Amino acid sequence: MIEASLKDLAAALRAGTLSSVELTTLFLDRIDALNPSLNAFITVDRDGALTAARAADARLAAGTAGPLTGIPLAHKDVFCTEGVRTTCASRMLENFVSPYDAHVVSQLKAAGAVMLGKTNMDEYAMGSSNENSHFGAAKNPWDASRVPGGSSGGSAVAVAARLAPMATGTDTGGSVRQPAALTGVTGIKPTYGVVSRYGMIAYASSLDQGGAFGRSAEDCALLLSAMAGFDPRDSTSVERETEDYTRDLGKPLAGLRIGLPKEFFAEGMDDDVRAATEAALDQYRQLGATTVEVSLPNAKLAIPAYYVIAPAEASSNLSRFDGVRYGHRAPEYGDLADMYSKSRAQGFGAEVKRRILVGTYVLSHGYYDAYYLQAQKLRRLIAEDFIAAFKQCDVIAGPTSPTVAWPIGEKSDDPVQMYLQDIYTIAVNLAGLPGLSLPCGTGAGDLPVGLQLIGNYFDEARLLNVAHGFQLATDWHRRMPAVG
Amino acid sequence: MSRPDWEVVIGLEIHAQLNTASKIFSGATTAFGAEANAQASAVDIALPGVLPVLNKGAVERAIRFGLAIDAEVARKSVFARKNYFYPDLPKGYQISQFELPVVVGGQITIRVGEGDAAYDKTVTLTRAHLEEDAGKSLHEDFHGMSGIDLNRAGTPLLEIVSEPDMRSSAEAVAYARALHSLVRWIDICDGNMQEGSFRCDANVSVRRPGAELGTRREIKNLNSFRFLQQAIDYEIQWQIERIEDGGRVEQATVLFDPDSGETRMMRSKEDAHDYRYFPDPDLLPVVISEDWIARTRAALPELPGAMRARFEADWGLSAYDAITLTSSRDAATYFEAAVAAAGDALAKPCANWIMGELAARLNKAEREITDSPVSPAQLAALVARIADGTISNNAGKKVFDALWNEAGAEVDAIIADQGLKQMNDSGALEAIVDEVLAANAKSVEEFRAGKEKALNALVGQVMKASRGKANPTQVNEVLRSKLGG
Repeated sequence: MIEASLKDLAAALRAGTLSSVELTTLFLDRIDALNPSLNAFITVDRDGALTAARAADARLAAGTAGPLTGIPLAHKDVFCTEGVRTTCASRMLENFVSPYDAHVVSQLKAAGAVMLGKTNMDEYAMGSSNENSHFGAAKNPWDASRVPGGSSGGSAVAVAARLAPMATGTDTGGSVRQPAALTGVTGIKPTYGVVSRYGMIAYASSLDQGGAFGRSAEDCALLLSAMAGFDPRDSTSVERETEDYTRDLGKPLAGLRIGLPKEFFAEGMDDDVRAATEAALDQYRQLGATTVEVSLPNAKLAIPAYYVIAPAEASSNLSRFDGVRYGHRAPEYGDLADMYSKSRAQGFGAEVKRRILVGTYVLSHGYYDAYYLQAQKLRRLIAEDFIAAFKQCDVIAGPTSPTVAWPIGEKSDDPVQMYLQDIYTIAVNLAGLPGLSLPCGTGAGDLPVGLQLIGNYFDEARLLNVAHGFQLATDWHRRMPAVG
Repeated sequence: MSRPDWEVVIGLEIHAQLNTASKIFSGATTAFGAEANAQASAVDIALPGVLPVLNKGAVERAIRFGLAIDAEVARKSVFARKNYFYPDLPKGYQISQFELPVVVGGQITIRVGEGDAAYDKTVTLTRAHLEEDAGKSLHEDFHGMSGIDLNRAGTPLLEIVSEPDMRSSAEAVAYARALHSLVRWIDICDGNMQEGSFRCDANVSVRRPGAELGTRREIKNLNSFRFLQQAIDYEIQWQIERIEDGGRVEQATVLFDPDSGETRMMRSKEDAHDYRYFPDPDLLPVVISEDWIARTRAALPELPGAMRARFEADWGLSAYDAITLTSSRDAATYFEAAVAAAGDALAKPCANWIMGELAARLNKAEREITDSPVSPAQLAALVARIADGTISNNAGKKVFDALWNEAGAEVDAIIADQGLKQMNDSGALEAIVDEVLAANAKSVEEFRAGKEKALNALVGQVMKASRGKANPTQVNEVLRSKLGG
């Protein structure tokens, strides 16, 4: 049952051979058994899940069920959930209970999906390893001594270890795609503006985008279809017709033009990752696709541009966590300034503080033009590179991460090494394009390697089909780590 | 106050609260006076994850303002975050506009001073931008702690910034009054200064005539025209004395204390915040189409400047009368309705009655002209009866009294009931004049000796003898002809 696709689960639920309560209990029990070692969940809501499962069973019985009704899911703990605490993996919000649901959460509630709990992440979604969590690092189920990637590490682990059939995440610089790659699951970040940010605790507003984790592209398509859609409460939400992202699944890949950015293949990627990536491209050629070299000459500037823009926005977005209205307030303080500084010093972890400081610096009088404005110019150049490249190809492919999962602690003292892990994913956020990672092979230690597919704006349906075509022909996405 | 050896330079920043029903970035109501925090939504208290959505009504009002001052309405403007920590600023930043404001430039003509010394002046505006208001910190009733009321947080403001064009507190007040009148005229702000709907910050500096601009100090949050005047006058005096005593003016922000009449330092330049402005990534640039501007322009009422010019040109009103009558749209509407009923020829007496008797009575009763018990039509009827000689001006005041006190009364009926009709029978008048002349030989003699004033005494006697019904003009004529003859 834990191996079944969302489509098969929905069919079983509708046929009545399985109830949502049974399915939900199965996953809750797996979480009870495995979460102590994997630390994928910060909060598990057994009572809430079973209540939702019973309601889903009633809907199934009444014949009003949708494709996700009764299917359990996990939400990254960055999405506000009414009545269930939302921590953002921070001491600051350790006891925060939101009085409202994020748009994504209410959409999935309305679809009848059953929330099991809230998943671990890097604090405020800042990180690439999940080590920056106030609740401790989530563990990679392929090797518990290694990181699962981040920031949506908990959601990736939950899907990889079959603690949940599907999970939500957010991706600001690679936070869905990179953990998907490192844990061997499929993850998609849609075009900026496709998924409403309302109720998604902001890290870097112009880059943050909700995304989906599944065990296959097909599962991701089903989940994304329920998450996406125009929301007037988010001014950056794009006003478009709602889409069925499964609509292109099964279309043949013959004639597909895959662009390979020469800059992505030049250097920096480990040999095992390169080998798996090349093999995956061969597979695509066998499926009838052609590959063409393209160039993204400014992509190398993505990391410096990102580490100006994202911290700048974060430094301002996180100002609301001041200990005045909610969240952590220092138990003892002198005057107002002391209350602010102690509350924030105690409430935020080291990486969050680092980015607030960087962001404050780059926005300061006299530095703004040199850093923030310059980074915005680079951002435009990077987007223009992609637009030019898409004149030659339908999708762009390359590695998701330059390495397989690394040992916990290996890079945590070296922020720059950590930042370089997102070298292939960050440019996609800066350009606002959709990106997807699918498992495409293994590297050293039999650890998963992800292939990144990048689509043109609003080309999610095609992107998902390109991944789906690969998964019809290969078994990499069916591999399961040896846990429990 | 005025010192010819010093020149004063004043620029104003005025915050006009826009009269939208809901806040600028949330759906919460903007109504004044609710229980603390009852009108603060999830967006207003800045819960994690919430996002702002722009209220188009606020933009619409900014466009109206831009058109009314003949400014450039920016086809694209940008909201920026102004970052600073304060407990009544829930997000830790205020959403405002910085590099690209919605209104650029513009001007307004003001009338300064009274009587013969009055003059017109055109003040240039730098810009006007949209922003959200902060909440309020409450320092009383919390046993040494502070309370926060976020009802006002997110209320839309238009910050209107002038060039440093004013040269006296009188000019600054005239400018502030003109803007106050304008924002109500175009119905974008209720102008209620007690509730903080219209607040002024004044940048004041002094210099020797012809010299470079002096260092300015900014007086914050003046919420009455009287305080504006007092604060600027005090500040000018303070700066001049400081410089004349050999000191220097340091850039600073100061507060005015109405009790002492003095300004005191709030923060020096060294304490100034670095607000780290940057474009708000949660909001798209505000794009204003030509069509939106055209529709807004078409819906604008005639503006006070145009109306003032029309009153002067068409009806021969003085500049003072025209400005007074266009000081509010309600006054102008009343005046136009009265003239429409009385006829163009009686525009001037209509103006006199509105600015005189009616204004005084409304003021005393603390009523707005829209609540006047005397309608424009009634006032017009009264003016017409004075003009056609039916009643005297004095009798007119009695009629006005009756109109004021009795709803729906008719002018002609009041004249008849109170017997106020002037004595237009020349035979009867001549008889009274003869009696008066006979009884006041001394005055007659003085007049004949060249003492013009003596005639007034005789007129008074005739009026008294006629119990006020004689027409004073006619009395004058009859007296002169009899005394001269």
